[in-house]
Amino acid sequence: MHKVIKARTGAARLNLAELWEFRELIYFLAWRDILVRYKQTVIGVLWALVRPFVTIVVFTIVFGRFARVPSGSIPYPVLALAGLIAWQLFSTAFSESSSSVVGNSQLVSKVYFPRLIMPLSAIVSSLADFVVTLAMLAMLMLWYRVPVSPTVAWLPLFLLLCLIIALGSGIWFAALYVRYRDIRHLIPFIVQLGLYISPVGFPSSIVPERWRFLYSLNPMAGVIDGFRWSLFGGRNPIYMPGLALSIVLSIAILISGAYYFRNTERLFADII
Amino acid sequence: MSTLLVSARSLGKKYKLGAASLGTLSLRDRLTDAVRSLRRKRSEAEDFWALRDVSFDLHDAEVIGVIGRNGAGKSTLLKIISQITEPTEGEAHLFGRIASLLEVGVGFHPELSGRENVFLNGAILGMSRAEIRRKFDEIVAFAEVERFVDTPVKRYSSGMYVRLAFAVAAHLEPDVLIVDEVLAVGDIAFQRKCLGKMEDIRAKGRAVLVVSHNMSLISQLCETVIWLDGGRIVKSGPTREVIAAYMAEGLGGSAEWIPEAPLGDAFEYHRVWIDSDSGDAGTVAADSAFDVVFDFTVKRAMPPGRLALMIASAEGTPIMASASTDHLPAIREPWKLGRQRMRCTIPGHLLVPGRYFVTTSEQVELVEVLRERIFAFTITEQNSLTARDGRLGVIAPLLRWRAEEIS
Repeated sequence: MHKVIKARTGAARLNLAELWEFRELIYFLAWRDILVRYKQTVIGVLWALVRPFVTIVVFTIVFGRFARVPSGSIPYPVLALAGLIAWQLFSTAFSESSSSVVGNSQLVSKVYFPRLIMPLSAIVSSLADFVVTLAMLAMLMLWYRVPVSPTVAWLPLFLLLCLIIALGSGIWFAALYVRYRDIRHLIPFIVQLGLYISPVGFPSSIVPERWRFLYSLNPMAGVIDGFRWSLFGGRNPIYMPGLALSIVLSIAILISGAYYFRNTERLFADII
Repeated sequence: MSTLLVSARSLGKKYKLGAASLGTLSLRDRLTDAVRSLRRKRSEAEDFWALRDVSFDLHDAEVIGVIGRNGAGKSTLLKIISQITEPTEGEAHLFGRIASLLEVGVGFHPELSGRENVFLNGAILGMSRAEIRRKFDEIVAFAEVERFVDTPVKRYSSGMYVRLAFAVAAHLEPDVLIVDEVLAVGDIAFQRKCLGKMEDIRAKGRAVLVVSHNMSLISQLCETVIWLDGGRIVKSGPTREVIAAYMAEGLGGSAEWIPEAPLGDAFEYHRVWIDSDSGDAGTVAADSAFDVVFDFTVKRAMPPGRLALMIASAEGTPIMASASTDHLPAIREPWKLGRQRMRCTIPGHLLVPGRYFVTTSEQVELVEVLRERIFAFTITEQNSLTARDGRLGVIAPLLRWRAEEIS
């Protein structure tokens, strides 16, 4: 093994091989985050259920009853929860990975490991809550007797797309956060606003056709539509140009984010 | 045939001074800064070289010590070799697995149990899960926390915490171990254990790069020492030579003296130092007592000798002197043969905060040898509510005051 340490000139390589070498650390940091999240809490992991449950109750009353948002043949709470689990996965994964580097500043200034490990492990730890909310959706579907469509086989792909968006934007923000503490104020703002502009409380079919493509600039729109389509089948058709845009955008965000991160990470220890 | 593990060539690290570039900034600072720099060019004077032109080689089974005052660039050097920060110039070649221990217990989480932290910390330091599982019992036994492995570390005493953290690091098996002043913690017995562990590490053919202010530790562990000051190497070479030169400067961080070469055939000093429970090496809180300890070997039967010490202020004014014949009647008997220690306790609440020099003398076989200003130490302010810092004079004894009523 031979490694050269010197001032870097030019652009950084991604060095995925090294990331692979440290893969166990991704697991350990995620495991720590999950353990710590529910230590010394009374109801523990049930917290992962309380948040979506209360949100769905409020959505059902406000959007379902008062605003009479159409939900097609699917009962409104099921439709909303299907959107919410995707949104919540994104928002947790995105905010956790955005603050992962600054949150681990002690590690950054005292130990070497590929810095991308931090946002990656934040993504992994957010999957734990997702599993719990997915179980909750399954129960709700049983309750309302909504059959699972065979298209559910596609769900993992939309899950992957959701994680790619969260990771891509998360690593952009994580790198920016080290230098600009403004990011701390921006993260909750994006998460809050995103809940309303993404089709969580309503099906994206209510967006007028001519705005549909523009609306798909929010890559989470494609993910949430995809979640509903794979769970409930053809009754919630996918807007294909929107999905294509979503995929292209998320891959672009991930790749540009990874390079931005790698090119700024050499300064992390000095400025964190 | 020894193997080269680390080869550093002309390493340098430049930091930009000024609030705007050292710390983190908000976007607004950044924008106003950009506007300002349109008008005024950044001057060279804002650059600060924390490290400059540092080269060395580290081979297997070699321990190199890095010494120097605070701010000399020691930690910067370790951070560069550990790949935490990038050098501005020069380069280093690493051949082998490097593990660095710049802080004890890095990554420890207070809410997690001892067991959980061992796994987490081990992974952070670069151990695989299988490796940690294999060494787990050994780590816990080394740290002497068997009964508390499932207790959150936030309930640990600071001693237990440090022991556990060091135990994890001590069981790493890198080719090169980089250690920054971590042995300054823990009680004496544990420190000795750690020292033993470091010896083992070297015996197994691994290399160690260690920073310490503790000259006795450095001289016990290292063959080679690098003395840094102002980011540059002042002197490097065999431990004895470098430490002697460093001490001659008088002013090393560490209050101790180690002779350059064995002295005399009847009496040999190993070390003279300040032993205190308060503060780092070389500093003593004004309210604490401390000992001046003489560590020496008597090599042949001789009539009673005498050790003496004198403490002078930084300006050279003698403050006080004391001799081993003052108090120990036993000293009228011939000195015992073999290695021994003599301690002189100087009470707390005596010297005012400041820097002091120690001069010693030994009278052996009726010949007196004076050793002037062999080291310096600092009495620090107490920083407590009852502090009596800033008194006039050279001593500030705690005297008794009492109120007397007159009928």
